[in-house]
Amino acid sequence: MNKKHVKMTVNGKTVEGDVEARTLLIHFLREDLGLTGPHIGCETSHCGACTVDLDGRSVKSCTLFAVQAENADITTVEGMAAADGTLHAIQEGFMQEHGLQCGFCTPGMIMRTHRLLQENPNPTDEEIRWGISGNLCRCTGYQNIVKAVRYAANKLNDTTREAAE
Amino acid sequence: MIPGDFEYHRPNSIGEVVSLLSTHGDEARVIAGGHSLIPMMKLRLAAPEHLVDLQDVAGLVGVSEDGGAITIGAMTTQTELIASKVLAENCPIIREAALLIADPQVRYCGTLGGNVANGDPGNDMPALMQCLGATYLLQGPDGTREVDARDYYEAAYFTELKDGELLTGVRFEKPVVGHGYAYKKLKRKVGDYATAAAAVILSMNGGSCVSASIALTNVGDTPLYAQAASDALVGTALDAATIDQAVALAESITEPASDGRGPAEYRTKMAGVMTRRAIEEAKERAQ
Repeated sequence: MNKKHVKMTVNGKTVEGDVEARTLLIHFLREDLGLTGPHIGCETSHCGACTVDLDGRSVKSCTLFAVQAENADITTVEGMAAADGTLHAIQEGFMQEHGLQCGFCTPGMIMRTHRLLQENPNPTDEEIRWGISGNLCRCTGYQNIVKAVRYAANKLNDTTREAAE
Repeated sequence: MIPGDFEYHRPNSIGEVVSLLSTHGDEARVIAGGHSLIPMMKLRLAAPEHLVDLQDVAGLVGVSEDGGAITIGAMTTQTELIASKVLAENCPIIREAALLIADPQVRYCGTLGGNVANGDPGNDMPALMQCLGATYLLQGPDGTREVDARDYYEAAYFTELKDGELLTGVRFEKPVVGHGYAYKKLKRKVGDYATAAAAVILSMNGGSCVSASIALTNVGDTPLYAQAASDALVGTALDAATIDQAVALAESITEPASDGRGPAEYRTKMAGVMTRRAIEEAKERAQ
């Protein structure tokens, strides 16, 4: 099988590998790099469990070939917590507000929230709901996920305010 | 859900794309955002032997104004359309429709060119481009040519695009200042294609409708430009009887499939409801 060499940045580190052109990014992340945070849910571009951040966009890594991500800068949920294990404000929000039950959708929810709050640091509840409309959760009914995003937004805004003072 | 194998190409120029498409004929497909093509490749409904990625091709992204015309590059994403100030000021119906396409993740990837070029009757932008009277800009081995959006679609997935040709962008005249507009889409959930949708652009002068354009999404093999329904509005005050007549004319050109989105009769009626709501909202918005 004809393989292509790919090189990209994942969670701040340069990674390389040889992949078939048809290898989806989610498989490269999970099977070649061992990053099993991004989940394979529906495989049909609907559920958002495979969401990662790629060059400043939230993308469904089941709907992108690894070769398309050549030279891209990618963040997965593994790249969110600090090196010492301190949770990111978004992760803390999902914990504090019970924004998950089974947890399967959570990595995608967290990565989507990450980009949403970069673009809109103080979203209304309605904007949060539209913002995460590409991520499905079958447990929570979304109520606590909205609260978790709100928690994270407040905490990040407080941190920004303190830094400015 | 693993696609078939293919050779991957990542050219830098339109010329290289055209050359690759000409060399490989119908064994090659271009990939823009990939959110129509990759799902079809996973299902093996599409199995191109050569995939030509457009992401590095120069000159295919952006919204530009040239006098009274707006040109949008084929690789401009739905997210970029939503964020465009030029479009918000001159042609807000594009933003309104783009926000109803799929979900945020898909809109970061999905492009205008991909949406209009592939001939999927479920896509929203083709009817909108017909409503705007847009022109598609094509480039092939014999140079460039232009095709009216209202003439481009032949059947589901069959279009005027020839082997070796690339759709590089769309161009349309700005709707008149103060025009009314609406894109109304009925769908079962976020991310779904339309059960039925209608695009309306019209302009009013002294309480009378002076121009009107109506097009329908996903109620036929192709997007449908509703010429008779549009004509019925012009020269009227958009009174109830006129709107009833336009709705009936719009319904009469639909030929929807009976599928998970409902039986054909229902979808025809919903095309009428969307048309009615879009005309009423466009009338309210018109200045």
